Amino acid sequence: MKLDNDYYVCTGCALLCDDIGVELEGGKLNKVHTACRKGFAFMKGCSNPMECTVNGERTDMDSSIKEAASILKNAERPLIFGHANSSSGAQKKAIDIARKTNGFIDDTSSFCQGPMVEAIMEGKLKTCTLDDVRHKADVIIYWGADPANSHPRHMSRYSYFPRGKERQRGWEEDRTAITIDVRKSDTAEICGQNGFYQIPVKGDAEFMDAMVSALSGKIPKTSYDLDKKKLLELASILKKAKFGVIFAGLGMVYALDDREPLYKLMDKLNSVSSFHLIPMAGHYNMRGFNQNLFEETGYINRVKFSSGEVLHGPEYSVVEVLRQKAVDAALVIGADPLSSLPRSVVRYLEKIPLIVIDPCQTLTSAKANVTIPCGLVGVETGGSAVRMDGVEIEVKQIVDTDRLSDEEIMTRISEAL
Amino acid sequence: MASVMEIYQLLPKTNCKECGKSTCMAFAVDLLSRKVKVGDCPPLVNEDKYKANYEKLSGMFAKVGNVTETGLIVHADKCIGCGNCVVACPVNVAADPMGAGSGKAPTCDRVIFKVEDGVVKAVNVQECRRFGENKILCVACIDTCPTKAIEFV
Repeated sequence: MKLDNDYYVCTGCALLCDDIGVELEGGKLNKVHTACRKGFAFMKGCSNPMECTVNGERTDMDSSIKEAASILKNAERPLIFGHANSSSGAQKKAIDIARKTNGFIDDTSSFCQGPMVEAIMEGKLKTCTLDDVRHKADVIIYWGADPANSHPRHMSRYSYFPRGKERQRGWEEDRTAITIDVRKSDTAEICGQNGFYQIPVKGDAEFMDAMVSALSGKIPKTSYDLDKKKLLELASILKKAKFGVIFAGLGMVYALDDREPLYKLMDKLNSVSSFHLIPMAGHYNMRGFNQNLFEETGYINRVKFSSGEVLHGPEYSVVEVLRQKAVDAALVIGADPLSSLPRSVVRYLEKIPLIVIDPCQTLTSAKANVTIPCGLVGVETGGSAVRMDGVEIEVKQIVDTDRLSDEEIMTRISEAL
Repeated sequence: MASVMEIYQLLPKTNCKECGKSTCMAFAVDLLSRKVKVGDCPPLVNEDKYKANYEKLSGMFAKVGNVTETGLIVHADKCIGCGNCVVACPVNVAADPMGAGSGKAPTCDRVIFKVEDGVVKAVNVQECRRFGENKILCVACIDTCPTKAIEFV
């Protein structure tokens, strides 16, 4: 999808809002229009930018790239991790590097929306784009998701409030929003008392089975206390839906031990009406990495290259390889595992040679042997990224910088290998 | 905002017609809709026995800091800039159906709300449906706000 005017793209989250207006002053961002508070904070850049360092000492770009390449060259089983906050170009180069070094490659989807994206890429779940949602959707379900906090403009830009081609009368008349969650989130507040279904933690699979029963006209049964009448009402709303969409949040992903109940529910929903599923990806290009790796290897994450062969399995996930201490060096780009993963898992990262590529200082970069700063994608550098629904969006550069883009850095490391 | 009865109770209730209205109740209704000012009631201003009531009423209609003419306040510290109010506001939709009304960046200057630097700003408040001759108690922006950052006083 190309931009048709002077608008820019916000890379604050996987919504990739492409209607951002900016005012520049002295080559810097002065005012940002239309971006939410989260996006504005992201675009403003970091308060503590990263510098080129090798073993804690400041150095120049060339020597840090050389050092990074030599770490990767000397490693037998390096881990290339992160990618969720980097451009598609850099991700493709990262896959190249992993192939060259016989390394492990994984991204944050491994402990995030991986299962949902995988099911969609394999064609097991019906999906649609966010533009379809805006133009057509009449029943919208936020399941284990709280877009009011995680993706502030989700409801206003695509899902609930905007007018679309087939939904011209707006949210009050044309759309029904439903939240299924373990707590009354801010999104649930907007959906109102009638649109909120509270379930216990890990109660999702049972709720899905109960919904299948209700949709088949049977009395739904659950081991926990649930208002059966309200559930039957929900079933009748879903049956009448012309274009339904389920936004699967991390709440749903973490609660399901396997995806069978979800497949059953989606099959049932699609036999009585038309329902689609979109994973609520968090970081702006997580889905992009999944698609890029899928094109290259046929898997979306958790891959190990072994002299031309591609190995895949849960044992190659970032959490497992760090827990098993199966890697001997790591390159982290566009992620901060030290703050997003448990300490017991990531402690091992401090013991091996660690390279970090990021615009800002992070907890991980504080422990790194080599740090290489890159430009902030969407502000200082351009590129392309994939939105949560799988649509590729061109990202434009807004301000000039002397920093290299993440793609250029990855290319130079790849060349130095 | 106070109800019309609360305002009426503070007026002289003599129906003297000095203000030009037929009753004190009529004056109270006009006062609430900002068509007249508290000072337009001569007995209230001139007679000592109404002094306390005059001060009370003046206090009720005094402008509070940051409040726009329609009584709309945006609590910038609570606002997350989601833009729900921008898209849901009926005035925005009428003025800019393809921009703000469709969830995109506003493309015209007549909108009431727009997001700037991550926070909603109220502009053109005189266009708000809660203002002017045919005002109604519209709550589109309040109902859709997830953080209760918009308030009318």
